[in-house]
Amino acid sequence: MAAIVQVENLTKTYDGGFTALKDVSLDIQEGEILALLGPNGAGKTTLISTICGISNPTSGRVRVGGHDVIEDWRAARSLIGLVPQEIRLEPFEIVGNTVRFSRGLFGKSANPAFIDEVLHDLSLYDKRNARTAELSGGMRRRVLIAKALAHEPRVLFLDEPTAGVDVELRRDMWRLIERLRGEGVTIILTTHYIEEAEMIADRIGVIRSGELLLVEEKADLMRRLGRKELTVELHHPVETLPDRLAEYDLTLSGDGRRLVYGYKAGEERTGITRLLSALQAEGMALIDLQTRESSLEDIFVDLVQEGEGP
Amino acid sequence: MNWNGIVAIWRFEMARFFRSIVQSIVSPVLSTSLYFVVFGAAIGSRIEEVEGVSYGAFIVPGLIMLTVLQQSIQNAGFGIYFPKFIGTIFEVLSAPLSAFEIVLGYVGAAATKSLMIGCIILGTSFFFVDITIQHPVWMIGFLVLTAVSFALLGFILGIWARSFEQLNLVPLLVVTPLVFLGGSFYSVTMLPPFWQTVSMFNPVLYLVSGFRWAFFGMADVPIAASLAAIVFFTGACLAVVWWMFRTGYRLKS
Ligand SMILES: Nc1ncnc2c1ncn2[C@@H]1O[C@H](COP(=O)(O)OP(=O)(O)OP(=O)(O)O)[C@@H](O)[C@H]1O
Ligand SMILES: [Mg+2]
Repeated sequence: MAAIVQVENLTKTYDGGFTALKDVSLDIQEGEILALLGPNGAGKTTLISTICGISNPTSGRVRVGGHDVIEDWRAARSLIGLVPQEIRLEPFEIVGNTVRFSRGLFGKSANPAFIDEVLHDLSLYDKRNARTAELSGGMRRRVLIAKALAHEPRVLFLDEPTAGVDVELRRDMWRLIERLRGEGVTIILTTHYIEEAEMIADRIGVIRSGELLLVEEKADLMRRLGRKELTVELHHPVETLPDRLAEYDLTLSGDGRRLVYGYKAGEERTGITRLLSALQAEGMALIDLQTRESSLEDIFVDLVQEGEGP
Repeated sequence: MNWNGIVAIWRFEMARFFRSIVQSIVSPVLSTSLYFVVFGAAIGSRIEEVEGVSYGAFIVPGLIMLTVLQQSIQNAGFGIYFPKFIGTIFEVLSAPLSAFEIVLGYVGAAATKSLMIGCIILGTSFFFVDITIQHPVWMIGFLVLTAVSFALLGFILGIWARSFEQLNLVPLLVVTPLVFLGGSFYSVTMLPPFWQTVSMFNPVLYLVSGFRWAFFGMADVPIAASLAAIVFFTGACLAVVWWMFRTGYRLKS
């Protein structure tokens, strides 16, 4: 089946001459959750804006549900819900009206029961008659989400939905995303919280300086790039490492009690057995063994720092 | 056509109007009443009838035109400038709405508001002077066309403006003089010949003249010229709006 969002060789140069997206190609499958990671100014918002029709592409094409966003904009846009990064709301309008307004804008006829449901889901129902200016920041972000959901989109873009949101609300939001996925909604979110991407995404894309560095299944990414560490706790502290162990990538802790061995996760030969035999041959008694998988954060930091060195 | 979308914009804009209904109505009614007191009663008592119409009645069409014109520009300008200013415009731009539909929503709402105010002023004037409207259908037609075309102009200004100052500058510097020099409070035949010629280049003259004709059956310029002028003006504004959306002028990056 064709991808629901198809981005082909998309380049975006702003009027000032700055190129914020460089030849980006990306397919997003129906029903998946894609997390876009990247440092500030990487081009995440620009990518979303161009797909949603707020910003015009300089070259390349974008299709949503098979409809070109420029030539067949009406069909393409009807499928999309967008929660922008910045909170922008009409300050004097009441919550219920702004949400109904969004549904109408997208051509849907009024459906009070559905709007109430959305407001309930986002714990906004009690605030439905409050002016948006009277709400807290977290609530306003939820109003934005309610507005985006009001027209029952098939593809939902969440540009940093959890920035500045407390832990509880973040959990709520993850649950909501999970439920939407259950309903078959495709979700694209950007985030700076790597654990968030790790927790909810199926695939992860990394953008840096307008280039899409990679898009991969989360599990594959972790496997391919993940480093594992084996920590060996010694019975008797040692001052220096015996020569025999020099061939291993080992670091000795300051107190001489722990050896850390780094290896790549998912490789055929990790060298662990050999290392342990070598330790035994040296007569070093072990108290404990621990392994730790490097997190997505480590992978991410490695990626974005690549080529940025002095 | 995305009718639900057009209605959504129209309603949202009308809600803004009704939130401040008191200011929206009190200020035009008050200023109109002042015009009647100052021009109609104080000065008008010293001015003889203009072509058989008392001066107080003579200024009614001009006053309505003046207010409808200013209100249309102001409402439509603010209506599109404000979402641009606070950033909520992204939603309208990302919605499945064509430029025409967006304009219909915003300009339609602005024109509705100014028409309502125009009717209120007409109602107010009945308290001050005796008027009979000779061609009511034409009167309404001119009023609607004026409200729509100047709401279009306001919409253009709202997209163009980068600040509230700019938004207010054009109505102040261009539109107000044109209105005052457009024969709202006098017949151009009262002017010296040179200024009569200059006035012929003022588009507002054609509107006021046509509108006054609908009231009293007398006009400074032929009625066909008035109609042609307003149709031309509306067409020109539509062309500019069409260009703005096509190029994304000051709307999209
Ligand atoms: N309207 C604009 N005109 C000119 N340059 C822009 C415009 N919008 C964004 N840029 C530039 O494009 C680059 C990408 O910006 P973008 O907002 O897409 O980044 P981002 O990845 O969303 O960053 P963040 O994590 O801070 O939200 C930045 O260098 C930014 O300065
Ligand atoms: Mg961003």
